[in-house]
Amino acid sequence: MPWTKKDLLGLEYLTPDEIELVLDTAESFKEVSTREIKKVPALRGKTAVNLFYEPSTRTRVSFEVAAKRLSADVINISVENSSVRKGETLIDTGKNIQALKADIIIMRHNCSGAANILARSLDISVVNAGDGWHEHPTQALLDIFTLREKIGKISGLHVAIVGDIAHSRVARSNIWGLTKLGAQVTLCAPEMLIPPGIETTGVKISSNIDEVLKSADAVNVLRMQFERDENTAFPEQLDYFKKFGITEERLAKAKKDIVVMHPGPINRGIEMSSGVADGGNSVILEQVTNGIAVRMAVLFLVSQAKEAKQ
Amino acid sequence: MSILIKNGRVIDPANKIDAVLDIFIQDNKISRVAQNIQAQAEAVIDASNKIVAPGIVDMHVHLREPGREDKETIASATAAAAKGGVTTVLAMPNTQPAMDCVENIQLLQGIINKDALINVLVCGTITKERLGKELSDSIALKKNGAIAISDDGASVENEELMLEALKRAKQAGILTICHSEDKKLSGKGVVNLGFVSTRLGLRGISNESEYTRIIRDIELAEKCAASVHIAHVSCRESVEIIAAAKKRKVKITCETAPHYFALTDEDIIDYDTNMKINPPLRTKQDVSAIKTGLKNMVIDVIASDHAPHTENEKDIEFDRAEFGKIGLESGLAVSIMELIDKNILSWQELVSSLALNPAKILGINKGTLTVGADADVIVIDAGKEFILDKKSIVSKSKNSPFIGRKVKGLVEYTIYNGKIIYKS
Repeated sequence: MPWTKKDLLGLEYLTPDEIELVLDTAESFKEVSTREIKKVPALRGKTAVNLFYEPSTRTRVSFEVAAKRLSADVINISVENSSVRKGETLIDTGKNIQALKADIIIMRHNCSGAANILARSLDISVVNAGDGWHEHPTQALLDIFTLREKIGKISGLHVAIVGDIAHSRVARSNIWGLTKLGAQVTLCAPEMLIPPGIETTGVKISSNIDEVLKSADAVNVLRMQFERDENTAFPEQLDYFKKFGITEERLAKAKKDIVVMHPGPINRGIEMSSGVADGGNSVILEQVTNGIAVRMAVLFLVSQAKEAKQ
Repeated sequence: MSILIKNGRVIDPANKIDAVLDIFIQDNKISRVAQNIQAQAEAVIDASNKIVAPGIVDMHVHLREPGREDKETIASATAAAAKGGVTTVLAMPNTQPAMDCVENIQLLQGIINKDALINVLVCGTITKERLGKELSDSIALKKNGAIAISDDGASVENEELMLEALKRAKQAGILTICHSEDKKLSGKGVVNLGFVSTRLGLRGISNESEYTRIIRDIELAEKCAASVHIAHVSCRESVEIIAAAKKRKVKITCETAPHYFALTDEDIIDYDTNMKINPPLRTKQDVSAIKTGLKNMVIDVIASDHAPHTENEKDIEFDRAEFGKIGLESGLAVSIMELIDKNILSWQELVSSLALNPAKILGINKGTLTVGADADVIVIDAGKEFILDKKSIVSKSKNSPFIGRKVKGLVEYTIYNGKIIYKS
């Protein structure tokens, strides 16, 4: 099955086959990073622009490394962004980048839907590197890639996602991706951090982490950002750790091989203990490594789709 | 000028008429309504197989002039209205400057006298600059032609001030229109709170933010026996609450808008900012309650809440785009498709909601084809289907959520004050 989409905006918009295609492509690219010369010419002569409206180091660097290992030229633009200051519109910025004959825009934006709006206004590819609370598709793809690598399959797995689901694009993308591939997903969080209607996607909801961990094959622990939304009453940090923090004691009662994931950066002692973060079940650094392969796959596929259309 | 409209299906709910009749218009008034009128007329319209109805009275319209002539002007909005079969509008006061004093109202009336193609009525503000701090002088506003007051776009937060406003409005004999929204609850929300807000990752606006404020506004009106009209009712709880208030004889009326019975939040595809409206598009359950409310006459009026915005203000991130959509040109067609074709309302009921009831609420001699009434008449080809094309929009702004959609019911003629002002 060939890839036909010029953009990657979210996992909601992908079919299970398309998700599998990204994962399979990533698998073949993973080896590149283990070579002496970590480079293939797949995107030679292509230009990728990292357009970041929100501060981000790990995602931006990961995309940059991925693009460079494919031999693309990479330009980084970070936009000072405040809702008060009115500058060039998003679409104008995108059209200017397109006029520079760039091939791919990789965008991080604080407004949900920004990547959708940009993608429909441009002919060049747009890869969503996280938009508001909406989606962070490459993060979920690398989470799923890591899981598939560890366990061998996704279908039938029980995956717990723990933390601030309401304000998490990582959670939303994981929910779409995992449920499409046949995993059972349980969201575990204080009630105030579960967004309304999310059960419509087929996920289960629990506020009892110990109960959830009993049957989970994997647990994806979200970063708690207590300051993000002024309209939400957040739990006390310590109280949160007591009720939902992933600790060695809790893991001792979970399945022996439970896979512990985290999109990073970790707040040690808030959403998980240091012992767990550095422990034998943690795949957190493997996720970072896999992120490169997955992003190489995404950049490769979207540019293939564009070429096929031309 | 004299006009004879022949053989149309005449819908005049004020006189309980739904029959094939002729209408003779002379000297700006309805002169005769009967079968086979034989009269010499300067213009004869063959309305066979067409609907003939009083012109629409749209009591919720943002004309943007003065201040935002880049979005819309009196001239462009009234031309759009004429195309949509609207012959009277009530201009909301959130212009720049706001309609909060006699001087500003006179300024607006000067523009209306110069540019308006149809009847434009003026709504004053409840408070100065719509800030909810200091009351406008409703008696003076009324004396100078305002026929209602509203802080539309905002609710008067301060309960005592709102009560005082209602008391004074009662004294002035002016209608108060409430934009019932508790900003503490709606906050920075941009779409309906529910699975759609979750899926899109956007902040939600609860039904509660609307209906709790309606409860408050009803209580205050009840306290001082003032008349209130609730603007843009969007959710099921609001319909229930207003129904209960009407039962206990509170002097309350209300309106909804076509988008609240034609669209749901699930229609917000790919972050289409033309679907960003306040109150937001709700769910199927709410749409069904709005339709039932119209049928049961709990909801008196359909008004467009025509809210023009430039492409610069819409073609941006969803969070940052302005709220609102245009509706003068599409309201009738959307209503025919959703309410007549789906057997929710009869023609008499629809014309009541669009013309007769708002005229009664505003206390004007419109919305009827009674002999002697102002000759505001529309001829509609109710069976005519068409795709709403962006290029066909007369309004200066093009922010319609119905662009590209099939609608039904084309206005063939709009007659205002005895003159044909629009012909399709």
